[in-house]
Amino acid sequence: MPERITQTWVYLSATPLFWLTMTLVAYQIAHWIYRRCGAHPLANPVLIAVVLLVALLQLTHTPYDTYFSGAQFVHFLLGPATVALAIPLYGQFQRLVGLAGPLLLALVGGSLTAMLSAVFVGHWLGGSLPTLLSLAPKSVTTPIAMGIAERIGGHPSLAAVMVIATGILGAITAQTIFRWLKVNDDAVSGFALGVAAHGIGTARAFQLSETMGAFAALGMGLNGLLTAISLPSLIQWLKPWLQ
Amino acid sequence: MIAALTWLLLYQLTGEILAHVLMLPIPGPVIGMALLFLTLVIRGYGERPVPKALQQTASTLLQHLSLLFVPAGTGVMLYLQLIIDEWLPIGVALVISTLGAMAVTALILRTLTRKNAEAQNA
Repeated sequence: MPERITQTWVYLSATPLFWLTMTLVAYQIAHWIYRRCGAHPLANPVLIAVVLLVALLQLTHTPYDTYFSGAQFVHFLLGPATVALAIPLYGQFQRLVGLAGPLLLALVGGSLTAMLSAVFVGHWLGGSLPTLLSLAPKSVTTPIAMGIAERIGGHPSLAAVMVIATGILGAITAQTIFRWLKVNDDAVSGFALGVAAHGIGTARAFQLSETMGAFAALGMGLNGLLTAISLPSLIQWLKPWLQ
Repeated sequence: MIAALTWLLLYQLTGEILAHVLMLPIPGPVIGMALLFLTLVIRGYGERPVPKALQQTASTLLQHLSLLFVPAGTGVMLYLQLIIDEWLPIGVALVISTLGAMAVTALILRTLTRKNAEAQNA
């Protein structure tokens, strides 16, 4: 009998079905904890789900590739979900037109702060060049950041991890930061959360208010565009100082 | 639901094709988002609501946006050693740049929108 169980486990642990199911189960547990904590920012669902899954993968000695063969079905939905962000954005169309100028200036300021401060602080504290290049696109959403990291010579999957850590950090700290700065306009705080903390920040923003979510989606989309266009040349220019 | 999902995938696909043909540095889904936004604007100019099925599918997807980041986030296990070795530059850079970017964006936007509002009131 124990042999049958071992055989079944060997079979199951290599199938996409098992790891796809575990991804969803981990997220359900994380979401349940998040709700039980009254949507407290520290109980971030992505953080909890990732911790649960990494623990399970380490305990069962499962390689990440085996895990990803199942989890890729969830990962794939990032594409259509990004396209779907156009819909809440359209809901704010009238306000967007009125705010176009201020939004663009705030975007440039926030985007440059994110890229340059990550690279300079990391360099100052002795980070290696591939690590710095993986940190540079950390404020934009996963697929964009992975593409940029690959172009500029970082590790794409390390960049994805930095992106997610940034998102979690932004989602956890946003309300405290905005309280300190006395920002109480949902459009302003949403946009800042989207520029600095992409999709995870946007997910958090949607839980706080519809307007905040729509502006976060805008900030995330625009920062994705700006970073994709500007970071490769910015890094080219900074590289002599980073060696 | 399926029709709406088909539309989302068609926009993503168009974005992907444009990114490749025009060799744009921007990923396909972001171009797809911009195209869908433009379509909605041209169709309704901010007044006509989004088709109901599309609205519902988008809400369902976006309500659980967090879930979609879990597979990539789990990739942290591949880099545990590197993160332990370089925890100081990585940790401090992440905190300063994330909080910095959030504060700078919010402060610029607040300052400029206040000026806007004052100019309109004057």
